[in-house]
Amino acid sequence: MIVAKGLTKRFGDVLAVDGLDMEVKSGEIFGFLGPNGAGKTTTIRMLSALISPTSGKAKVAGYEVGREDNEIRRNAGILTESPGLYDRLSAERNLSFFAELHDVEDVAGQVERYLRLLGLWDRRADVAATFSKGMRQKLAIARAMLHEPKVLFLDEPTAGLDPEMARLVREFIGELKDKGRTIFLCTHNLDEADRLCDRIAVVNTRLLALDTPEALRAKLYDRVVVVHLSAVAPAYEKAVSKQPFVRSVETKDNKLVVGLDNPEKNNPELIRALVDAGADIQFVGELRRSLEEIYLRLVK
Amino acid sequence: MRKIWVIARKEWAEVFKNRFVLFTVVFMPLMMTALPLIILYTMGTPEEMAGFSAADMPASFADLCEGMSGETCGQYFIVSQFMLLFMLMPLAIPATFASYSIVGEKTTRTLEPVLATPVTTLELLAGKAVAAALPAIGATWLSFSIFSLGVAILTEGSELLRQVTSPLWLFAIVVVGPLLAVAAVSIAIMVSSRANDPRVAEQISMLVILPLLALFFAQISGLIFINEAMILWMAIGVTVLDIGLLAFATQLFQREAILTRWK
Ligand SMILES: Nc1ncnc2c1ncn2[C@@H]1O[C@H](COP(=O)(O)OP(=O)(O)OP(=O)(O)O)[C@@H](O)[C@H]1O
Ligand SMILES: [Mg+2]
Repeated sequence: MIVAKGLTKRFGDVLAVDGLDMEVKSGEIFGFLGPNGAGKTTTIRMLSALISPTSGKAKVAGYEVGREDNEIRRNAGILTESPGLYDRLSAERNLSFFAELHDVEDVAGQVERYLRLLGLWDRRADVAATFSKGMRQKLAIARAMLHEPKVLFLDEPTAGLDPEMARLVREFIGELKDKGRTIFLCTHNLDEADRLCDRIAVVNTRLLALDTPEALRAKLYDRVVVVHLSAVAPAYEKAVSKQPFVRSVETKDNKLVVGLDNPEKNNPELIRALVDAGADIQFVGELRRSLEEIYLRLVK
Repeated sequence: MRKIWVIARKEWAEVFKNRFVLFTVVFMPLMMTALPLIILYTMGTPEEMAGFSAADMPASFADLCEGMSGETCGQYFIVSQFMLLFMLMPLAIPATFASYSIVGEKTTRTLEPVLATPVTTLELLAGKAVAAALPAIGATWLSFSIFSLGVAILTEGSELLRQVTSPLWLFAIVVVGPLLAVAAVSIAIMVSSRANDPRVAEQISMLVILPLLALFFAQISGLIFINEAMILWMAIGVTVLDIGLLAFATQLFQREAILTRWK
């Protein structure tokens, strides 16, 4: 749905995006992560035909950036970094203006549909200036959806929202995916990216990594199993380290922290070895690296 | 074409909610209509003006009075001054309107989502220009109509009315006025692309009225008098200026420039 090849943007001396190569599949939620100034917003702006790349190519929904910009604008929706609402106009008028710009056929119907979907229908006549940050964000999301775009670019959709509102927005994004839309999501909330995204790109001017969250974990870290015991003895650690598949063992309080290749396959043997050595096992679990750890390691 | 109208309607809905802009668009035409009529009214009856003769007028004006009575000539001289003031409206109103509409969108970052829609930059520019120019032209024409009606009533359809509705005046109001509005809009767009405060943009854009004011003062001091040839030259000059200004404003009004260079 989105393909970028060597996509580059330079602002004078500043290289904002450097040789970005990636492909976003149809119907996936694609996370785009990176530190402040990494070029995320710039990438979104290039892909939504707002600014032109300095070099490189990109296609969005089958249309080429720079050559078929109007087609891209018809097929993509964008939640810009700042909501950019007309403060003096009502919520309804804010939306109807954009519906008209997009040549939406049933302007009133479409505006009502999205105001209702996002729980703003009761406030439709109020001017946007009276809206809270979360409501403004929802209105801006509605605005990006009015023309039912195939691709949706969301630049930090949950920034500054309270947990409840953020969750609502996340659920909405999940529903959009279920309806088959492709979503390009920029966020600084790594937990959100982990939960929502099918694949994640980490960028810092250049592309640092691109894969599913699980694959990123596997690539960067061994998998680690934690075994809680009622009491530890030096013999247990020895019994474990004798196993060929174990890469590391460490005793922490009454836990054994074991690094190994493939817990699904190795855990039964590991547990048998421990039981044979006389250990009383309370729990066995996997230590999941948070996406934050992965991210910080990539960005460093 | 339809999109230009969509944008213009949005501008009106939004900018007219600003009391200051509303005041400029309503108050200025009111004043410009009322003032000449009040002066005409207080200038006195034809009897009081009877002593007036063409010889008292600046020489350049006296020629125009051929065939007029002394008092009509006196009234015409006074009222003539207002022709230029009527042309002040198409300059001042767009300057105010466009400043608020463009700098306003810039500071609230509302243009980015608009630029992400399939609207051409030219449609956007035209929408903004139309939104700023139409109220100005409308206000000018309306207040001129009311003024002519006032003249007709006050002077009971005299020679003066024929002068005020002469081709010279009509050309000035109907043709030169809109041409001036286009110039004012283009200048306001250029200034707005650089300014960050609508009031500053407005004040700078308002400098377009200076040449007209200079003309006005040159006329009341008797240095020149606006005649057919002058208005015609003015129209030609402003048309040429408009083409240049519009080309320049279109250059500034490029998608990428709006997003990355307008600060
Ligand atoms: N219009 C511009 N002119 C000059 N430099 C720019 C412009 N826009 C962005 N940049 C630069 O490009 C780089 C990338 O900026 P961008 O806004 O894309 O970052 P980002 O990843 O979205 O950051 P954030 O997480 O803070 O939103 C930055 O160094 C920024 O200063
Ligand atoms: Mg950003």
